Amino acid sequence: MVHNWKLWLGLLLLVLLFASAAVGPLLIDEGATQPLYAAFNKPPSAEFPLGTDDVGRDLLALLVYGLWPTLSIGLIAGTLGTGIGTVLGLVSGYFRGPVDVVIRTLSDIVLTIPLLVVLILIASFTRTTTIEGTALIVGFLAWAGPTRALRAQVLTLRERTFIQMAQLSRLNNFQIIFLELLPNLLPYILAGFIDAIAGGILASVGLQLLGIGPLLIPNMGMTLNSAFAGGAMIRGFWWWWAPPVLVLTVLFLSTFLITLALDEIANPRLQSAA
Amino acid sequence: MTLRYLTFRLFIFALIIWVAASLNFLLPRLVPGDPITAMLNRMEDRGATVNNQEALIAAYRERFGLNSSLAVQYGRYLASVLRFDFGYSITAFPATVSSIISNSLPWTIGLLTVTTLLAFTIGIVLGALFMWRGTPVLLRLTTWFLIIIAPLPYYLIAILLLFLLGFTLRWFPPTSASLVNQITTVDWQTVLKIVQYSMLPALSILLAAVGSWALGMRAMMITVQGEDYITLARAKGLSERRIMLGYAMRNALLPQVTALGISLATVVSGATLVEVVFLYPGIGRALLTATNNLDYPLIQGITFILVMSVAVGVLIVDLLYPLLDPRISYERR
Repeated sequence: MVHNWKLWLGLLLLVLLFASAAVGPLLIDEGATQPLYAAFNKPPSAEFPLGTDDVGRDLLALLVYGLWPTLSIGLIAGTLGTGIGTVLGLVSGYFRGPVDVVIRTLSDIVLTIPLLVVLILIASFTRTTTIEGTALIVGFLAWAGPTRALRAQVLTLRERTFIQMAQLSRLNNFQIIFLELLPNLLPYILAGFIDAIAGGILASVGLQLLGIGPLLIPNMGMTLNSAFAGGAMIRGFWWWWAPPVLVLTVLFLSTFLITLALDEIANPRLQSAA
Repeated sequence: MTLRYLTFRLFIFALIIWVAASLNFLLPRLVPGDPITAMLNRMEDRGATVNNQEALIAAYRERFGLNSSLAVQYGRYLASVLRFDFGYSITAFPATVSSIISNSLPWTIGLLTVTTLLAFTIGIVLGALFMWRGTPVLLRLTTWFLIIIAPLPYYLIAILLLFLLGFTLRWFPPTSASLVNQITTVDWQTVLKIVQYSMLPALSILLAAVGSWALGMRAMMITVQGEDYITLARAKGLSERRIMLGYAMRNALLPQVTALGISLATVVSGATLVEVVFLYPGIGRALLTATNNLDYPLIQGITFILVMSVAVGVLIVDLLYPLLDPRISYERR
């Protein structure tokens, strides 16, 4: 685990993103994210290192202040999706029987339905414009993957001797699930959580490209949306669209590296051949 | 395959369709305010004056059956959805939602089927070669690069390609927006034009998808390498090439083929946002027009079709799978 460079590189990138989200706003005035703060459509200069957009917002300020909202969509959606998924996966895998059939069938259905499509439908009707609202919708739709993954793990774990031992020592089901099973599932839950963070951000930015979702608060998707609406690409204003693309690229790479590493740790054969 | 499994699978299919249709019915009714008043308000926002609002609203309620009980409305709605009747588009008024959808579907299906098959073929070959000692370093590096960009969402790769190949190097037309208007007759030149204008969306999907196929194939090859029959083949003194092609690759391919089935099943909804970036005239672009104009009937129609196409595709894959891999049986389910 210590020698897995993918894990450390991924974590480093992720920590850097969170650190910039925390420290950045201390260095830049929040007023700079408001329209009419500066001249319109200015290329990068000493005063505005990333230029300004078509309503005079400082693009560096938008980037810095937009980081945390973007990350928080992922965190809220990821926590919700992984949380629900963990509970359902544990219950489904441990108790089996009719509960399992119902949960498995439901998660099969949710896995079949393209998430982004349902998200578009719900978001366009409820006209969600807040970060939290979008994150909640994404999170409530994101439990099926973790449920299936954890259920599969529980099915193999529950046949192991230490679980049989626990049952013989008259621990109740609640204790077995939370004290015996849960700790053994932590790497899988962590991998699912990291995946869900990326999934939540991917979905919310996707919504914003379609012009729905949280477009009022600075975040990566909002800048991308306004850049496309403002014809940044055709007019050659790379400083408008490139920074959010870069941030999102770093974000998706880091989560990918972490899940890849966790996969190798759980399945050492993959590592030896790398 | 047992009859019991078949019935269960069809039941799940029906359930998905029912959930999608009911969501479409419920959502507009859960949101406060009624659609007609909202639409009139929007018209007034845009500077139109609407006389006799009360009478208009009453007439509309009568016309769309909003005065009947909720149960009756629901029944009617389900019946019309099953006939693919989603009513009229608000923005393109005389056009029906289903005509808009059927005009854009072939574009999406064509683009995605070709790119999915290409990505699969290139991906598994690269993934398999990765495990072979004789593979040149350059090819290895290319595969690594593709694997590294695999987690990026399609739309990010699309944006980067649009900038690089569309606007900076100008290799391909940056948008396919004008594509439909240019098609008058069907001849070689038209076909060439379609290919030319579809290059950027196609390349984006390819670049984004090849890596994950390669990664999956590589993992399967590693698993297969540890199997006894590979050791036996080696002990028999077979050439590395033969072991690789006839023993390792063949067996590693099977799970990949299943995955291909599933990804072909999601062909319609697979790259909606790539279409948005390039304004490619498929279902994604129709969805963009719909969301930009809050054209609710169109949004509902498109989302329903997207969900249904996946459900149909996955159903077909599930029913075909036992034919492909005889070890799989649904007896025990």
